[in-house]
Amino acid sequence: MSRELLYLLIPLSCLAAALVAGFLGSRIGRVNAHRSAIGGVGLAFVLSCVVAWDVFSGNHFNGAVYTWAISGGTHFEIGFLIDPLSAVMMVIVTFVSLMVHIYTIGYMAEDPGYTRFFSYIALFTFAMLMLVMSNNFLQLFFGWEAVGLVSYLLIGFWYERDSAIRANMKAFLVNRVGDFGFILGIGAVLALFGSLDYQSVFDAAPGFADRTAQGPFGSEWHWLTLICLLLFVGAMGKSAQVPLHVWLPDSMEGPTPISALIHAATMVTAGIFLVARMSPLFELSSTALSVVLIVGALTALLMAFVALVQTDIKRVVAYSTLSQLGYMTVALGASAYSVAIFHLATHAFFKALLFLAAGSVIIAMHHEQDMRRMGGLRKVMPVTYLTCVIGSLALAGIPPFAGFFSKDAIIEAVHYSATPGAEFAYAAVLIGVVLTAFYSFRLVFMTFHGEGRMDSTTREHLHESPKVVTVPLIALAVPSVLAGLLLVNVTMDGSLFGNSIVPGGVPEALDMTARGMLAHAPFAAPFWLAILGIAGAWVCYLWKPELPGKVVQRCGVIYWVLDKKYGFDEFYQRVFADGARGLGEVLSEWGDRRLIDGWLVNGAARVVARTASVVRHVQSGLVYHYAFVMIIGLVALMSWFLFR
Amino acid sequence: MIPLSHYLIVGALLFAISVVGIFLNRKNLVIILMAIELLLLAANMNFVAFSHYLGNLSGQVFVFFVLTVAAAEAAIGLAILIVLFRTRRSINVQDLDRLKG
Repeated sequence: MSRELLYLLIPLSCLAAALVAGFLGSRIGRVNAHRSAIGGVGLAFVLSCVVAWDVFSGNHFNGAVYTWAISGGTHFEIGFLIDPLSAVMMVIVTFVSLMVHIYTIGYMAEDPGYTRFFSYIALFTFAMLMLVMSNNFLQLFFGWEAVGLVSYLLIGFWYERDSAIRANMKAFLVNRVGDFGFILGIGAVLALFGSLDYQSVFDAAPGFADRTAQGPFGSEWHWLTLICLLLFVGAMGKSAQVPLHVWLPDSMEGPTPISALIHAATMVTAGIFLVARMSPLFELSSTALSVVLIVGALTALLMAFVALVQTDIKRVVAYSTLSQLGYMTVALGASAYSVAIFHLATHAFFKALLFLAAGSVIIAMHHEQDMRRMGGLRKVMPVTYLTCVIGSLALAGIPPFAGFFSKDAIIEAVHYSATPGAEFAYAAVLIGVVLTAFYSFRLVFMTFHGEGRMDSTTREHLHESPKVVTVPLIALAVPSVLAGLLLVNVTMDGSLFGNSIVPGGVPEALDMTARGMLAHAPFAAPFWLAILGIAGAWVCYLWKPELPGKVVQRCGVIYWVLDKKYGFDEFYQRVFADGARGLGEVLSEWGDRRLIDGWLVNGAARVVARTASVVRHVQSGLVYHYAFVMIIGLVALMSWFLFR
Repeated sequence: MIPLSHYLIVGALLFAISVVGIFLNRKNLVIILMAIELLLLAANMNFVAFSHYLGNLSGQVFVFFVLTVAAAEAAIGLAILIVLFRTRRSINVQDLDRLKG
């Protein structure tokens, strides 16, 4: 079949699956609903692999599939850009989505909204695919908004829960703030380049490298910096960078499969993908890169600290995701875009694995999520335990697991970067290594080791999860082990991404191969920092469990700050949410009720009434008055005629 | 000879007196009827004056018509006045304000 048809089938099969499961779900029954969803996404995965193989044999594609509108010389189209970057993203998205679909059969088995859930996750896969396969900004924006919408629907999946509704509103609104910057950025692109098509913009960009514009108060703005910063604001919203990160921990209100799919592997990586895709533009603005670097470093560091004090198993993984997204952003800021995507890929696997493992634990504990009530689960759930340990080792960056290669590459890229702020970022990512290792193994030790702290009824019912849950865990554990080894060489020398990312490989100082990195590891700081983190967790949670309590007592203030997550939530609630509501109340009272209703509408009526009450006296009812007026009128008329 | 204008001025004065009688009157409805008669008389005055000075008898003939109508109208006016008094028990002009808005 023709290539275009192949490319079209990938997102459309997911869309068709979503529509079938959504609209016909009640009629065709649960089993058929999940079969159609898995069928659609499975087909998308197989075809994505075919496309990836085709792309790496050298066949790229960039073309429009459908012209939506032509307005004033600008073409608004649906088009696909299939190159190594989008091929890699497509494979990751469809693979993780397929694993989550299969896992959902087990996780959501008792939920009344079963078919609705499948419809939503298939719809999400469609939206994400449209986002990554896009060849123009408009379709990118469509996919962007669509994934935000489906994220809203899924976070609030259990819509009768008050906390879920608040969380999905929060996610959508914070995303909106990012989208505001994003659409301004797209507008700026259109204004500067006159086109929304990636290829035209990228080809024309170097020519505009020094263009400036007049801003307010006589300031001069560098066009490309402005565009890149605005686009990055959008990425900050979607990829939950500080300060737009607040929605992601709350998004844990949604079922665990979506935490794995959306808030670990795919939607949140859309921002990272965006910056990587826009690498030709970002390379022309060192200010924007510096901002990206510092924001990423802050996120990586600050969120890792907060993860240390979380007691909910999903929240630990959520803050871990925030921190790792910070790592990816740091790589982008250091101009090592391909390394960022590499980490995106490895992270997608082990983070989805960790979420699904957490979900497996939650099912076994009958939806208990507090780690303080867990313990000793490794004897009862060996597969979950083992896959969780693999995921944690990958996350901590222990060789030869996947995370080691990608994380090490990021750390080295930042070390050799000349972008302003790189020293801070280097320190931040190094400290982050210790923290990451610590909190990951804190999770493992608290949940799976030690004495069980749960009540006896739960303890009796503990058992390993069904195959539909454990098989995806194993399927995700395999790339968590191997993906790093397999992909690192081709990423580093630039052959993986070729021209789809500028610059293709990484700076020469980072000339590293798998063998080189493995050999270098025992002599480099990150490896020992990770070991230090794991050892610290072992000391605090297995050897001397009274230690954390004592530390909290000594450093009460620090603990309080971390527990309140630096106060972002309270600040946003007080200033923006309550502030907006207060403003609305003031405007409603003074502007609407008093001014418009009182003065304008009722006031007009009042004026009419008052005038009438005065004028009414002309109608005295006395006939002689009326006759008098008639005479006066006659005299006036006659004199006018006489004297004109 | 007395000039024409003198007669016309007398007619106008009579007219003015009758108008004043209608408007400056607040107490008595009969005054209004009298004033109406005076109004008609003033018009008659004009007719007669012009008839004499233009030598045309039509003016004087017309006066007869006017007088007839005036008489009939006075009769009807008084009849209405009597009926009004029966229902309203007052001929005070100011009390007749049923058309008041």
